[in-house]
Amino acid sequence: MADALVEFDSVVKRFGDFIAVERMNFTIDEGEFIAIMGPSGCGKTTTLRMLAGLEVPSEGEIRMQGRVMNMVPPHERDTPMVWQSLALFPFLNARENVEFGLQMRGVDAVTRKNKATEWLDRLEIGEFAERDINSLSGGQKQRVALARSLVTEPKILLLDEPLSALDANLVIRMQSMLTRLQRELGITFVYVTHSQSEAFAMADRVVIMSHGHIAQIGMPKDIYRAPQNRFVAEFVGRNNIISGRVNSITGKLVTIDADLGQFKVQLGAGQKPAAGDAASFVIAADLVHLTAGKPKAANSIECSLISEEFIGSVVTLFLETPDGSEFKVQVQERELTDMDLKHMGRVFLSWAPERAHFIGDA
Amino acid sequence: MKRKRLLRGFLFGYLALVLIFIFAPIVFSIIFSFNSDRFPTIPLGSFTLKWYETIWQDPDVWEAARNSLIVSLSVASVATFLGFATAYTDYRYRFKLKPLYLALILLPPTIPLIIMALAMLAWFAKIGLAGQVISIIIAHTVLTAPFAMAIIRLRLSQMDASLEAAAWNLGADQWRALRRVIIPFCRPAIISSFCLTAAVSFDEFAIAWFISGLNKTIPVVILEIVTGNIDPQVNAIGSFVFLTSITLVVIAQVVFMTRNKKEKAHHG
Repeated sequence: MADALVEFDSVVKRFGDFIAVERMNFTIDEGEFIAIMGPSGCGKTTTLRMLAGLEVPSEGEIRMQGRVMNMVPPHERDTPMVWQSLALFPFLNARENVEFGLQMRGVDAVTRKNKATEWLDRLEIGEFAERDINSLSGGQKQRVALARSLVTEPKILLLDEPLSALDANLVIRMQSMLTRLQRELGITFVYVTHSQSEAFAMADRVVIMSHGHIAQIGMPKDIYRAPQNRFVAEFVGRNNIISGRVNSITGKLVTIDADLGQFKVQLGAGQKPAAGDAASFVIAADLVHLTAGKPKAANSIECSLISEEFIGSVVTLFLETPDGSEFKVQVQERELTDMDLKHMGRVFLSWAPERAHFIGDA
Repeated sequence: MKRKRLLRGFLFGYLALVLIFIFAPIVFSIIFSFNSDRFPTIPLGSFTLKWYETIWQDPDVWEAARNSLIVSLSVASVATFLGFATAYTDYRYRFKLKPLYLALILLPPTIPLIIMALAMLAWFAKIGLAGQVISIIIAHTVLTAPFAMAIIRLRLSQMDASLEAAAWNLGADQWRALRRVIIPFCRPAIISSFCLTAAVSFDEFAIAWFISGLNKTIPVVILEIVTGNIDPQVNAIGSFVFLTSITLVVIAQVVFMTRNKKEKAHHG
């Protein structure tokens, strides 16, 4: 436990009858980049606000470096936040905004100015130091907001959807800047977002939340390839979920009876279903083979093509299975040109058992 | 195209007439204040500063001007402070009886002036405060505080909801956040509200007439001169009052508008 910077211990937050966060238990390590992700209203922002002291937990304890923080007011914490709206002070210029936190800590004017200038330079906006906040572009304001939060050299930085107002190209640039900054500073970043691409691109660990619960915590790759439940599987990526019942288990291989036929899925470590259990499995859109003739694979479905979505080198195909449900397949654009899909009508989808991922609760 | 131009012409004409209707009496009053004839008739006599000299030498007018100045500055300060306090309370806190709270604060301007003036007189007489400068200040504060509250409340409604929390987050306690963030953000509205409440108080006649007793304000003195006889002094005082009020109102408008425009211009 020596490395845990923040501990959530059975934290509950209620607003009247509404439960925003329900029995949350997790720890944030020193120096890690953790993303909290989920649809709007899942409790991710409430979690962040509790860390900043802007909300007081209804039950449970939040500890930072072992100290119980529940009743510590926001201004006595060292948990600066980058706000979704940025919340820069419009009546101060860029440098004065950055100096604000230092001034509140009683740092003298000369040191304040030097530190602010140093941080503005570091974030490559030194030349705008004396400019009015409202005359800066979105990306420049973003950097001022970051500098304002980092200038006090905190142990932890909270970020509440900071990139949601920027256009796509700028988001990519800011992402790489944030990851680089986090590595260099070695401090903890807690990043709240509804964007999967942002979370997966930057975070060491991702917390997926749903209706105030933690649905899964793990490294981006694990969450992407091995969702623990249906919510995560549906929320993350282009997954196809097939539900049915366990027919039989032989070693690590489980056979599932579904409306679409019989499928074989390889079990992961610790998964022990029993015959007759309701069960689902996930097959990611990019792990499916597409063939014109019936393949010899263990798992296959015959489908008809409905539509395709073309994004650069990757194409997503939307297919209809025999029971009328939708199935998504991602293929490289150049593979597709060889196949003359439009005139095929029906195609076969197949995958190996170890490509699919078993989910216990149906 | 032609109909549109016709309509524009008509609307401009209409606007011009409205403005003439409002400002003609004031303009004439200013013109006659420089006219040597005792009676306001055309053709005009010669140019003179006689009437201004008369009021300059009149101790009653000086006394009234002094009272008006003290009253309007005090009223502007107290009303703006109260307006800010009530607007901030409304912005910051949620409580059960808030609609009642707001209704109560915004009530005074809806009461007919005469009724309010009479009620104030009766009340002040009862508590032994009638006829003093402080009683005019209290009465005018009641009248103008709602305007101050409305102006500052409008400004607070334009504030980013996270701005105050951002100040706490950076280490400011509630008082410092109020001083360093909320008040600077509201500064244009605070200045406007100060100017407007000062202007309203400076002009106000009905309440001042009922309550002032011997401590007359300028509008009360004007009425007394007018009821006595026809005296072009009134034009001179009137021009002075008009200039003071219009200056305050224009400052209020300019301060509030430029700030808003500046902020809007960069949001696109």
